[in-house]
Amino acid sequence: MVFVASELTVPTAVKIVIAGGFGTGKTTMVASVSEIPPLRTEELLTEAGVHVDDLAGIEGKDTTTVALDFGRITINTKVVLYLFGTPGQNRFWFMWDELATGAIGAVVLVDTRRLDSSFPSIDFFEHRGIPFIVAVNCFDGSQNYTVDEVRHALDLDEAIPVVLCDARNRESSKAVLVGLIQHSMNRLAAV
Amino acid sequence: MSARDDWWYDEAAGPLVRPYAMVRGRTRPNAPDLHLVTQVRAAAFASDQTSLTVEHREIMALCARPLSVAEVAAYLDVPLVVVKVLLSDLIERGDVLVQTSSPKIPDRDLLQAVLDGVRGI
Repeated sequence: MVFVASELTVPTAVKIVIAGGFGTGKTTMVASVSEIPPLRTEELLTEAGVHVDDLAGIEGKDTTTVALDFGRITINTKVVLYLFGTPGQNRFWFMWDELATGAIGAVVLVDTRRLDSSFPSIDFFEHRGIPFIVAVNCFDGSQNYTVDEVRHALDLDEAIPVVLCDARNRESSKAVLVGLIQHSMNRLAAV
Repeated sequence: MSARDDWWYDEAAGPLVRPYAMVRGRTRPNAPDLHLVTQVRAAAFASDQTSLTVEHREIMALCARPLSVAEVAAYLDVPLVVVKVLLSDLIERGDVLVQTSSPKIPDRDLLQAVLDGVRGI
């Protein structure tokens, strides 16, 4: 027997995915805006990278874990927003699918020194039709490329917003989230 | 008790010994649709907790306020698959309430609320 909570007792949860290559500042951005220090949760998988959703027979397998860092913003008493950083290694695609399902959208963080590390993230969200924006993380405070140059280098559609940001900065990271939510609303309106 | 419950695990079983023991050999959550952000909350009037394990009671204490499955796993420091099994025990007992809808794309009103909320932090 399963007891179902009424809408009054549990809030609606929504999520935003913070994606990008290794070292692009995903957890930094989560930490900048989260109301709690970023939490870490782990999923088990076999050495072959197969998702473990069943512990039967697990004792005979070599396993490893994939860690997810996430933060939380309580929007109001009825809505809570979670921010999930994607696992650093792209082989954990099954986690990306769970993260992306029902998400408001994704921020793809880009480091202009390693543009190619963001290609897998961009491909993932493009192919699944999930709203995303590209945020160029300006680590050293200086920006060596213009938004147009980054857009061209990443071969991005004109409809995909590209913004500059500093993931360490709360206001800057907030502006990125606002940009993504507005982009998702525009996409919804266009349907 | 099945034979599996009586197995002895040596070091070769690695860090899985504890999670596996914690769920007493059970393998799948009975409660459907426990996702990362699914909200769970302790019921106002919980049943007799004497038969519950330490982990179950920790979950009950954590869920005095609504939390996501991912938060419960993080605070309890156990893998997601394990916390889902433990939570489903409590849901079956009626001790934990759950938001059952699976994640769906937010509508315009919800997006507007999130937008206002993020601007306000």
